[in-house]
Amino acid sequence: MYIIVVGGGKVGYYLTKTLVNEGYEVFLIEKNPTKVQLYRDRFGAIVMQGDGAEVATLAAAGAGRADVVIAVTGDDEDNLVICQVARERFGVRRTIARVNNPKNEELFRRLGIDVTVSQTNVILSLIEQQIPERPFVHLLALRHADLAIVEAKVAAESPVVQQPIWQLPLPPESIITAILRRGELIIPTGQTIIEPGDELIIVTKQQREAELRELLCAPATR
Amino acid sequence: MKIIIVGCGRVGAKLAGDFAEEGHHVSVVDQRQTSFRRLPPGFRGQLVLGTGIDEDVLRNAGIQQADVFIAVTENDNTNIMAAQIAQVIYRVPKVILRIYDPDRAEIYRELGLTVICPTRTVAEMIEHAVRDQILSTQSG
Repeated sequence: MYIIVVGGGKVGYYLTKTLVNEGYEVFLIEKNPTKVQLYRDRFGAIVMQGDGAEVATLAAAGAGRADVVIAVTGDDEDNLVICQVARERFGVRRTIARVNNPKNEELFRRLGIDVTVSQTNVILSLIEQQIPERPFVHLLALRHADLAIVEAKVAAESPVVQQPIWQLPLPPESIITAILRRGELIIPTGQTIIEPGDELIIVTKQQREAELRELLCAPATR
Repeated sequence: MKIIIVGCGRVGAKLAGDFAEEGHHVSVVDQRQTSFRRLPPGFRGQLVLGTGIDEDVLRNAGIQQADVFIAVTENDNTNIMAAQIAQVIYRVPKVILRIYDPDRAEIYRELGLTVICPTRTVAEMIEHAVRDQILSTQSG
């Protein structure tokens, strides 16, 4: 698999390093000649100086045979154009763009970028998961399938307490995949009885999250 | 007509002045307050400070009611992204942008945008002038 990374900031540098270590064929394009010199000392000839939004630069990097182009510069407009040029001129099948302004995530998807990575949103959700005593946490969104993985702490006054899973009035399209109980992981069956304080890992449709929160978590701590 | 111009450089300011003079509703968007000094004295259009690739800024400029959207900042990629927001998200009936790089100009023309490429246009004009000179020298 041949991967072209455009943008040699911190993200681009560590991404290249990781991909090289994992054995991928990688090529890094960076504008700043000083950085290029530095990276050449570390990575060798797989680093090139140039503007990754230019057709000639991508051609010289061998974009025609690239499986993936990843644009991780600090400017959203550059990342967008790099991915679009790679797709339109070189037929690159998979394009991934870093989104610096979270507002642009939806826009990029509508403009045909396969995958967007918003640092701000990723960091926000990581922090969110670490805030203690939050009864309902959105862990992961699987966007193309419109699915979400959420973690919910069962409140003592929830109607699900002391009920077996098969009897729970869960919203449709929701499945409890794991239960964390006093530090232990339980893979539940229909017969598993829910206890107060259980942390449920649930796969659900994104639009069902509000109903789940209502059902499982105490209103006062919401 | 409602016309939005992103980028108040020499071209943007000239267009804004001309269209406002003709009685159109013009909004000019630029990141720098000082760029608005290029507008002609007595310019009656709307000035919006901000980047043309931010949807909130473009909404402030009235993109939802715009008939024409023109992206003429100094940065090709900014123009490309702004123009695509106007075309794809807000369905502005006429979207025109400037792209200096001829390769990129061709790509986005194929994607349905109205692209002006000054590099190519100016080069062609100069080539024409030179050819005319060659012809007149040969015939003279």
